[in-house]
This record gives sequence, C-alpha cells and structure tokens, in this order.
Amino acid sequence: MIHISKRREMPLAQALAIRIGAIAVALVVCGIITAITTGLNPISVYATMFKGAFGSTRKIWIFLQEAAMLLCVSLALTPAFRMKFWNLGGEGQILMGALASAACMIVLGKTMSNVVLIPIMLVASLVAGAIWAVIPAIFKARWNTNETLFTLMMNYVATQLVAYYVIVWEVPKGSGNIGIINQSTEIGWLPQIGSSKYLLNILLVGLLTVAMYIYLNYSKHGYEISVVGESANTARYVGIKVERVIVRTLLLSGAVCGFAGLLLVAGTNHTLTTTIAGGRGFTAVMVAWLAQFNPAIMVASSALLAFMEQGAGEISTAFGLNHSFGDILTGIILFFIIGSEFFINYRVRVQKKERRSQSDV
Amino acid sequence: MEDKQVAVRMRGITKEFPGKVVANKDVDLDVYRGEILALLGENGSGKTTLMNMLSGIYFPDAGTIEIDGKQVVIDSPRTAFDYGIGMIHQHFKLVNVFTAAENIVLGLKEKGPFDLQASAQRIKAICDAYGFDVNPNQKVYDMSVSQKQTVEIVKMLYRGADILILDEPTAVLTPQETDKLFAVLRNMRDDGKAVIIITHKLHEVQDISDRVAVLRKGEYVGEMVTADTTPEEMTTMMVGHQVSLNIDRPPVEEDYRMERIRVKNLTVKSHDGVTRLDDVSFTAYTGEILGIAGISGSGQKELLEAIAGLQPVESGSIEYVIDATGEVDEVEQLIGMDPIKIAQMGVVLSFVPEDRLGMGLVANMDITDNMMLRSFRNGASPFTDRDNPRHLAELVVDELEVNTPSVTTPVRRLSGGNVQKVLVGREIAAAPTVLLSAYAVRGLDVNSSYLIYDLLNRQKGNGVAVVYVGEDLDVLLELCDRILVLCGGKVSGIVDGRTTTKNEVGLMMTKLGGGEQQ
Repeated sequence: MIHISKRREMPLAQALAIRIGAIAVALVVCGIITAITTGLNPISVYATMFKGAFGSTRKIWIFLQEAAMLLCVSLALTPAFRMKFWNLGGEGQILMGALASAACMIVLGKTMSNVVLIPIMLVASLVAGAIWAVIPAIFKARWNTNETLFTLMMNYVATQLVAYYVIVWEVPKGSGNIGIINQSTEIGWLPQIGSSKYLLNILLVGLLTVAMYIYLNYSKHGYEISVVGESANTARYVGIKVERVIVRTLLLSGAVCGFAGLLLVAGTNHTLTTTIAGGRGFTAVMVAWLAQFNPAIMVASSALLAFMEQGAGEISTAFGLNHSFGDILTGIILFFIIGSEFFINYRVRVQKKERRSQSDV
Repeated sequence: MEDKQVAVRMRGITKEFPGKVVANKDVDLDVYRGEILALLGENGSGKTTLMNMLSGIYFPDAGTIEIDGKQVVIDSPRTAFDYGIGMIHQHFKLVNVFTAAENIVLGLKEKGPFDLQASAQRIKAICDAYGFDVNPNQKVYDMSVSQKQTVEIVKMLYRGADILILDEPTAVLTPQETDKLFAVLRNMRDDGKAVIIITHKLHEVQDISDRVAVLRKGEYVGEMVTADTTPEEMTTMMVGHQVSLNIDRPPVEEDYRMERIRVKNLTVKSHDGVTRLDDVSFTAYTGEILGIAGISGSGQKELLEAIAGLQPVESGSIEYVIDATGEVDEVEQLIGMDPIKIAQMGVVLSFVPEDRLGMGLVANMDITDNMMLRSFRNGASPFTDRDNPRHLAELVVDELEVNTPSVTTPVRRLSGGNVQKVLVGREIAAAPTVLLSAYAVRGLDVNSSYLIYDLLNRQKGNGVAVVYVGEDLDVLLELCDRILVLCGGKVSGIVDGRTTTKNEVGLMMTKLGGGEQQ
C-alpha cells in the first residue's frame, strides 16, 4: 500500500536537494529519450546545448538579454499573481507597450531629440500597457468577470492592432514590414552602454527586480496585495478597498509589461512586428510560478528557461534536428521540476501489506 | 450490561502526523451494541482522529481494529461502510438542489431500475421506525440545519450503517432540536445499534450516553459508566487537573454603565433581496456583556457586520454614543461608514468574526503579519513597519500562552484555540470601546474557552461594551448580563441573563417559526 501524507515543513537544504535531484533525473530521462529517438550521444547533445547558451561572448550576451526580458515580463505578472489575479495578457500588454514606443519613434522621431523623445516613449509605453491590463481589472473589480479569459482575449485584440499599424507604417509600401525605424538618425533608440546593445536592458531589469522585491515584500501596497490575494474577505474586514487594490495592481502589472515592450522596440529590435513579444507573456507565467512569485528566485527560473530556449535552438541547427526536439527536452525538465514540488509537500511511504494478509488468514 | 455484544474493539491504535505530537498513542477502545458511547476530550486530544481511523479517512500507523469480533483492515471510507460504520461529520455533505430522497440514494449502486418512489418508501419506513421527521421530497436548500443533519443520519441508516459516529452533532442545534436528536439516538440504541458521539458538552454527555471514554493528549485516559460519574470528575479526567466549571460574571458597575451603541429599526437585506434583519432595535451599554442568542443564520452575522461597517444597510440607524450626559447626546452615525472611516472618527471598534481564518486573520501569513492587519496603514511612510507588530505578536503569544514555535509561524499551522487567542489578542490590543465577538469559543477546549471568558470579563471591567454572539445557551446564561434573542432576523426579546432560564431563551429562539427561515 502506498501511503501519502502531507509534510509539515521541509528544511531549505533538503528541498533544494530534492529539486537538484529532480533536474538530475530529468537529464537522465532526457538522455535516454535522446538516445532512443535520435541515436545521438546525449552527452554531446547536452554539451551542444551548453555551447548554445554560453559558447561565445555573443551567445552569452544573447542569453543574458533573453533571460532579462523573460525576467522583466515575469516581474510584471508577479504582483497580479500574488493577488491571485491570473493575468494571462502579458503578451498583449507587451505588444501595446511596443506599439506605443514605435508610434512615438515614427510619428515624433523627425521633430524631437532623444532627450525629449525617450521620456515621452517611456510614458507612452507604460500607459499603453497599463490600459491594456486595467480594462480586465475594472471588469473584475466591478462585475467579477473572469480575468483569465478576459486578459487572454485582449492579447488577440493587441495583435490585430499591431498588425494594422505595421501595414500603416510599412517601409517600403507593400512589404508588410516596418523595417528598422529611424535607422539613419537612431532617434528614439535607447542609448548603448559600452559595446553591448544589451547591457542597458539587463541593468534596467536588474534594478526592476530589486525594486519589485522591495515593493512586494516591504511596502504597504505589497502587503495589501498579499492580503487581497489570500482572502478578499479579510481585506474588506480590515478596510482594504479590494476593488481599488485590484485596479492599482493591474495598472502596475500592465505598465511593467509595457516597459518590456519599450525595451524590445527601443532597446534591441528597433522595429515592430506582431511577434515581437515572442510568447514571453506566456513563458513568464511559468517562470513566475516556478519561482513561487518570489522575484529573487525568478532570476534563476528565467535564466533556466532562457538557457533551455537557447540550447534547444543550438541543437536543432547543430544536429539538424527539428526545433521541436529541444522543446521536448524543455518539457521533460520542467515536468520534473514541477513534479518535485509534490515530494517537497508530501511524504510518500510504501507500506508492507502485512496487516491485510494477517486478517486474510 | 451482561450480554452486550462488542461492536468495535480498537487495540493499540497509534497515529502520528509529521512534525506534530502523536495524535493517538496506543488507544484501546471498546464500543458495544445497544449503547451510546460519549467520546470526550479537549481540542487536539485525538477524538476526531481516532474516529476518522474507524471510518476509513485515516489509516493507523499501528494497532488493530476488530468489528464484531473479526479483525479487519479499514483502508477507505468505502471499506468502513462495508463494515456498517457511518460517520456524520460536522460539515454536512449534501447536494443543495436535490431532495432528501435524492441525497440519500446518491452514489448508491442499487440493483434494478432507479426507482425514487420505492426509495422514498424505504426512507419513510426508517423514519417511522426511529421517529425521524423527514419529508423525502423536500429540497435540501429549504431545510434548517437540524433537518439537514437528520437527512445525514437517515442516509447512513438507509445504507445499512449499524455503527454510527456523530462528530459534535449538537453544535448547531437549539435545545429543543437537541432533545429531538437525542430521542432518535436512544431509539437507535434500543434497536441494537452502536452509537458514538463526540462532544465537548458535559451536560449532554450526562443526558445521552451510557458510557464515557476520555482521551487526553492522544492517549486513552479511561472510561466510566455515565450514571456513576459527575461533570467535575469528567473534566478532571479530560484536563488532567481540577478546573472550576463556573463562569465568572462580575456585577455591572452601575456608575459606569452608559449607552454606547444605539441600534434603531435596523433592517438589512442580503444582495439577493432576502431580509436578514427586520426592524432590530437595542442598546449596548458600557461595562456589560450583551449576549446574542439565536439559531445559526438568524441574522447574527449581519448584525455584527452592520455595526462594524461591513454590511450595507437597508434602513434604520446605528449610533455610537460618545457622551450621553449633556443636554443633547453626542453621537456618531455608523451607517454608511467603512471600517477605516469608523477608525478615523476615533471610534475603536474591535470585531472578532465567526470565520477566524477566512476573515479575521490571513491563514498563510505569520503571527506578526496578522498583527499588522489593523495597523499597517499607520505612519506616512510607503513601507510597512514590522517591528511594532512583532513586539505585539510576542506580547500576545506570551500573555495568552499561545502555543506556537515562533511568531513567524503561519497561523494556519496553529490549533483552533491558539488561532482564536491570536485574533482576540489583536482585537483587544487596540484598546477598544466596543468589542463585537461571534462564536468566540466555538471549537475551543475547556481551558481556552475559560481564557476567552476571562478576557471578555476583563474588557467588561474596563468599561468596554461587549457584544457576545454565542450558541451554547449554558454559557450565554452564565456569562452575559443581558441576552438579546434573535429569531428569523427579528428581535424576539431581550432578557436578563441572571434571571432567565434556558427554556425561556430556547423558546424565544424559535418563537417566530424559526424553522422556516434559511
């Protein structure tokens, strides 16, 4: 008989050991599956994955940029998630932020200098992202609509809006692309620190992580978010205006997503496409959950997912494998990491059936 | 007594929960057919755990269970059922939109076509045999708590249970309903069934049981024939030392008695338009405990929440009297205020709600964070101050003897009594002028209950207007200076706690046709 019982609390070291063990087992399982399905040596596949993320200075920079962008979106979702408001609209909110900054660059780029334009872009993208998040929030606060569906649907609207403006602004006409915005003047481009065009993004996200950590754990707002998330009833009982907290928190969540859109358009890509968010709005849901909504742990979980993504791309080119194969490996590893939580929360013992056999005699 | 048949024999039952003390240690228990056994013990003494092992919810770590002399392994509620063991839990497991009959046959795999009429006939037969009062075609949402409980019991009997376990069945009943329940339990006993009843209430033990078994801290202390024992003896066994069972009621100091909360013609409707409070008027005075009695759901919750600024009000007024000595009374209107506005007016109103973990506290937060629920807004800084709440947490833990590893323990890990101490401690620490409490001792053991009574009496002594919503009439009669009785949202009377009788209050609780309202 298998006996499952809830654990009380596990020491941190032991919980960490279980998680590391889970990753080790996942790697073994991935290795077996790699060997069976592709006939390749799993060790060399892993080595290639590693090379994909850390193989050259350029690759390290790309890895850091990817991890930072993922972290940025995860940080954006976290306040909402702590409040148990399941904001699945990160994708749309990033797109709106991206659209707003691209609009500023295109429309105002010829008349303004960077000193004026970049602050305007910053405000515009924050506001655009915030509006996209606050609409479902108001509906949730007023009429208790389902935020999961609502935020999800807002993504499609955002995608179509961006698709429309890509055609409006396309260069050259008929190409269906905007191309690099202000390529000659570099107006509206975020300044570059040193030789890397990614460093500024990474530093900004680093600052954001610290700020979000402090906001959530030490501010009165953060405390209100936790109380509302745990029990709206308790919040009302102590006079917290639940509706106001929902709206305020989603303004923040959307604004940070919009900020991610700004970083993508003005910081690195310098163009606007419908796929600029790249699914980060959804991947970030996983990153945030893996980190249990703790911004500090989120640094690690976003790094892990960025690494898997980079590695998967590398093995698909190096071994001529389909890109989906990398996704399979990512899936297996995530499955084991998430599955290990079960063993952290529950104790499983296998009991001998002696008692039953006794009574059967 | 001589040829009583053993229905259940538990030997050496041990159950451990991780990180906790042993829930049951080497417990031996015999239950006979044709008797009612009362299982007595404080909170956390392992009564419910022991019974859960009998009904297949938990599996013992060690020990044996015999049913009718045959050793058995009970590894699931279904197996327990096959052995004729049925447990009626404190929280009913009924489908609201189904009728009594539909609920009773739900999940049964009877042979032949589904025939609700035939089932209704069988249900009728069971009801007639034991004196139950159930209409098989009545919907559950139309039933009173006591009727729902009856359906649960009939459900067990319909399925052939002949060993019945009832977990604190009287907690939700009026005295009259309790009498009815006890009558059918006696009929079942006389029919040769084994009945186990878990309870805190000693007078009920005396009233209903043939034998008492006592557990203390997970261990079996002993058993007694009910007729040969006294409440004092039972308490001593249960607690391990002598306790006084009298609740203090210090006299009201007339000099300091003045009006504090004046409720006039208060009417409250739920958001679906059902009248919850109907033209309620009363006054609460400083330095007295005003008890509020009534069947659960008679409007107690709405009344307290209306005063606390949490419940929208249809009509009427709630005045907080600041000073009534002058020519014109100095009052503040509380209607239309929320808890923050009330606090900003300088009215320190504390409220110990019924739902401790769902409303009064945040279950997943630690004691410190729960202490700051009321005070976190203080100060202009955008950041929270956790130093003062931590000191307060340490003080409460210290003074009220909260049993916790530390102040950083989430309150959900604490036992019921300790949770309540944290909540009451926080509310009293605000030095209130009005203290509202709902079911402050529900589910608490003897020691914790008396600590709460003591705290309430001290508040009364400090001149606080205390409102105590209670369900145990014995306690209301011993603790409260005046008792307001609610029935279906109306005040059926306010009586003097020193002179009234349990019977009088019980009748007032049902006077207006108490069974009708939801």
